Amino acid sequence: MSPPRAPEGAPPFLPSTSLDPTMTSAQEHGGDVRLTGISKTYGSFTAVRPLDLTVPQGSFFALLGASGCGKTTTLRMIAGLEEPSSGTVHLGEQDVTALPPYKRPVNTVFQSYALFPHLDIFENVAFGLRRRGIKSVKGQVGEMLDLVQLGEQARKKPHQLSGGQQQRVAVARALINHPKVLLLDEPLGALDLKLRRQMQLELKRIQTEVGITFIHVTHDQEEAMTMADQVAVMNAGRVEQLGAPADLYENPRTTFVANFLGTSNFIAAEIAGRSGDDLTLKAGDGKLTLPAERCTAPTTTGGKVILGVRPEKISLTHADDAGQIPEGRNRITGRIADSSFIGVSTQYVVHSPVCDAFEVYAQNIERDTRLVPGVDVVLHWNPAHTFGLDAAQDIEAGVEKVEEDASA
Amino acid sequence: MTTTLTDAPPTKEPDAPPRKARRRGRLVPYWLLLPGILWLVVFFALPLVYQASTSVQTGSLEDGFKVTWHFATYWDALSDYWPQFLRSVMYAGSATILCLLLGYPLAYLIAFRAGRWRNLILVLVIAPFFTSFLIRTLAWKTILADGGPVVGALNSLHVLDVTSWLGVTEGDRVLATPLAVICGLTYNFLPFMILPLYTSLERIDGRLHEAAGDLYARPSTTFRKVTFPLSMPGVVSGTLLTFIPAAGDYVNADLLGSTDTRMVGNVIQTQFLRILDYPTAAALSFILMAAILVMVTFYIRKSGTEDLV
Amino acid sequence: MAAFFRWLSGKFVVIAGLLTLAYLLLPNVVVTVFSFNKPKGRFNYAWQDFSLDAWKDPCGVADMCGSLSLSLQIAAWATIGATVLGTMIAFALVRYRFRARGAVSSLIFLPMAMPEVVMAASLLTLFLNMGAQLGFWTILIAHIMFCLSFVVTAVKARVMSMDPRLEQAAQDLYAGPVQTFVRVTLPIAAPGIAAGALLAFALSFDDFIITNFNAGSTVTFPMFVWGSAQRGTPVQINVIGTAMFLVAVVLVLGGMIVSKRRNKQSA
Repeated sequence: MSPPRAPEGAPPFLPSTSLDPTMTSAQEHGGDVRLTGISKTYGSFTAVRPLDLTVPQGSFFALLGASGCGKTTTLRMIAGLEEPSSGTVHLGEQDVTALPPYKRPVNTVFQSYALFPHLDIFENVAFGLRRRGIKSVKGQVGEMLDLVQLGEQARKKPHQLSGGQQQRVAVARALINHPKVLLLDEPLGALDLKLRRQMQLELKRIQTEVGITFIHVTHDQEEAMTMADQVAVMNAGRVEQLGAPADLYENPRTTFVANFLGTSNFIAAEIAGRSGDDLTLKAGDGKLTLPAERCTAPTTTGGKVILGVRPEKISLTHADDAGQIPEGRNRITGRIADSSFIGVSTQYVVHSPVCDAFEVYAQNIERDTRLVPGVDVVLHWNPAHTFGLDAAQDIEAGVEKVEEDASA
Repeated sequence: MTTTLTDAPPTKEPDAPPRKARRRGRLVPYWLLLPGILWLVVFFALPLVYQASTSVQTGSLEDGFKVTWHFATYWDALSDYWPQFLRSVMYAGSATILCLLLGYPLAYLIAFRAGRWRNLILVLVIAPFFTSFLIRTLAWKTILADGGPVVGALNSLHVLDVTSWLGVTEGDRVLATPLAVICGLTYNFLPFMILPLYTSLERIDGRLHEAAGDLYARPSTTFRKVTFPLSMPGVVSGTLLTFIPAAGDYVNADLLGSTDTRMVGNVIQTQFLRILDYPTAAALSFILMAAILVMVTFYIRKSGTEDLV
Repeated sequence: MAAFFRWLSGKFVVIAGLLTLAYLLLPNVVVTVFSFNKPKGRFNYAWQDFSLDAWKDPCGVADMCGSLSLSLQIAAWATIGATVLGTMIAFALVRYRFRARGAVSSLIFLPMAMPEVVMAASLLTLFLNMGAQLGFWTILIAHIMFCLSFVVTAVKARVMSMDPRLEQAAQDLYAGPVQTFVRVTLPIAAPGIAAGALLAFALSFDDFIITNFNAGSTVTFPMFVWGSAQRGTPVQINVIGTAMFLVAVVLVLGGMIVSKRRNKQSA
């Protein structure tokens, strides 16, 4: 995932002549979105705990979390739709904390779009330009509608469009104002799976083309990982972890992140000693190795850690062939409890003394037909794929919420 | 969370930029409410206070009235006019029940069976409103006229025998009997029953009928166990919208009834506008208001639809 | 025979519903038919002869058309007043949090749960105590008062079903508070406001009880009809009643056809 091109002035398809002068200059000089100590409380309920966050200019940034984690509130504070209880919002050098939404160079793509039902598509897209006193909007609106491939639909009312078309109108309506930052609040939530995939790529394309900072709120980890350069995983009003998608996936720092992004297997273990850069751990009767730099828990001998490994990193070998497993790999014995064939891979659930439901995804390249439920197996993986987490956490954090959200 | 006017959000930074523009916005609801609420306070609530005070005054038109806390007026009014009170409740109650019985099938028809005729029927239910209700009530004088076709038909079907046994008609007349008044009240307030019923029936998901049928309910059981309970909000608001105005009405009793069908509204009107006995009229009006408020409160509690209001 | 009864029970709702509809429309039929009557005495209750006299000269009765135009004027002003005040209250109730919300809601609800004669009598007490001159202004005040609650209810329902994100979207797109209200809120709330205004007009135009108490010697159209029920009913009353009914049906049906056609065109 390469960072998007830095914008050089206004992109060619957005005529910069009619833009608000302050906004144009802000665009040229650039600027990050900076949240400093920002928080939001409603009565005794804390939606967002004081948080600092910097979104680099031109990046595609995702706020990822389950419903109620404070991601939307954070977004709305950037938009000016919610007044922070404390802290400040800066766009570049400008403190916008006290500015109402209509004075901020920020636009939003709302959840379920909020297209004006009494205006046609053309007038919906022209709305922002007209409010800023721009008289001749026809050219700009036409170009914008062409960009989102809706030139033909200009005179239709929103309810006459399909979900995907409405979504594109919402994007066009926001982008035409050439905001410093575009905020997207669950923009694809109302679309079906196939359309959502298509729109993910579409949004990514638009963002790369216009070079505007996108801040995207979603509960869908796949969506966040596909589109964003940077993802902030939020939980209970806090940012749990911030980083590039691959980094978050490979090096989760909490059980919440490990569970919320994909699936993880956990083993409770105790640190037995240290050899070089590696920690030796005792789990049940076995010994496992963990690179010390991949452990976020204290590494003192005798300390407890939760050891994690992703299901697709694990190889399965029939117990009869255990001798063929190369040296230096972490290994665990177990018995297959369940297996399901899903095309590209086969997913196994393995019972083992250290973890009663180990998930293993094996690519269907050379399937070992002996691996059926009831068979004893050895699970083994490269120690470099192991991560260590603080043992004082809920192993289930972030598991159930994901399922609830997915079904909603 | 209704009283957040003064609880400013806790601001941790004392030197945060002033947010005057937003705070001023908190007065907006009061400015929006002020004129309308003032209107209602002065011309609805205040008059009720004046009326309460008038009801305990004594005096005469020539010498003026003074507040003497003469509560006996209430007692006198009740003992003189209890038959009219009773009649109001009986007539309005009968009319409400008739409205429900007549209105429910029509509301059901519009909601579920009318198809493309739905809008036309709705228009026909509402359109009579635009012909003054007095003109329409006078038309009942023609319809129910002595010796007319309606009375003749009722007579030959022996319906009038039943109604005179019930004491709501006399001989072979309908006009100037309680039946005529109840008929007029039913007619006048029927749309107020049909429209709320229709609104609540229309909200019922048609698939519920199929689901009930799928679960072995016969059509009549489906109606009793599913449709009717779900239409309860409409039944409650419809009966209230029918009963309350009917209980205070005096037009039907005056135009279609006789001196034996006078309702409490007739008494209040006469006392106020002809006899000019303001204290008695005020006391009667107050009793009527109190009686209706008590009944309505009780009814709403009983039917478990408090969220209606 | 059994089959017939089964058919009957299947059609019960349709038959009963249509009978009720007939009951509702019967008086209008009578009013229309008797607008062509040529009555013998002062009262137009029994059919005599067909005649077009009343239709040819609808204002032929002293004071009737004057009272009709007065009623239309009062209804128009009461509609404007009640719609403006009621819309403001409805917005405050739906969109803002404020103190004494419960008291305000009760004050809105009570006029609808109060027999008209009680409001009429108490308002008259107030006017008498203030020494107000009964007439046009007292009628207008009373009409705005009792129409207000109905407008609030109608507008509130519409505003409540409105997505608050639409207004936020407008603000996000550089519309200040005033612009947001004029460009987005008002157009979307318009159907509710129109329904409230229509209701207010109908209620005011047709009101008799409250008007009767507070009109003094001023005569509105319903009061003219009431008076004529005592003195003698001119046929012209039926002409007006029929015309109003037809105008209402034509306007509403016409509006429905136009809106249907517009929807089809833009689809």
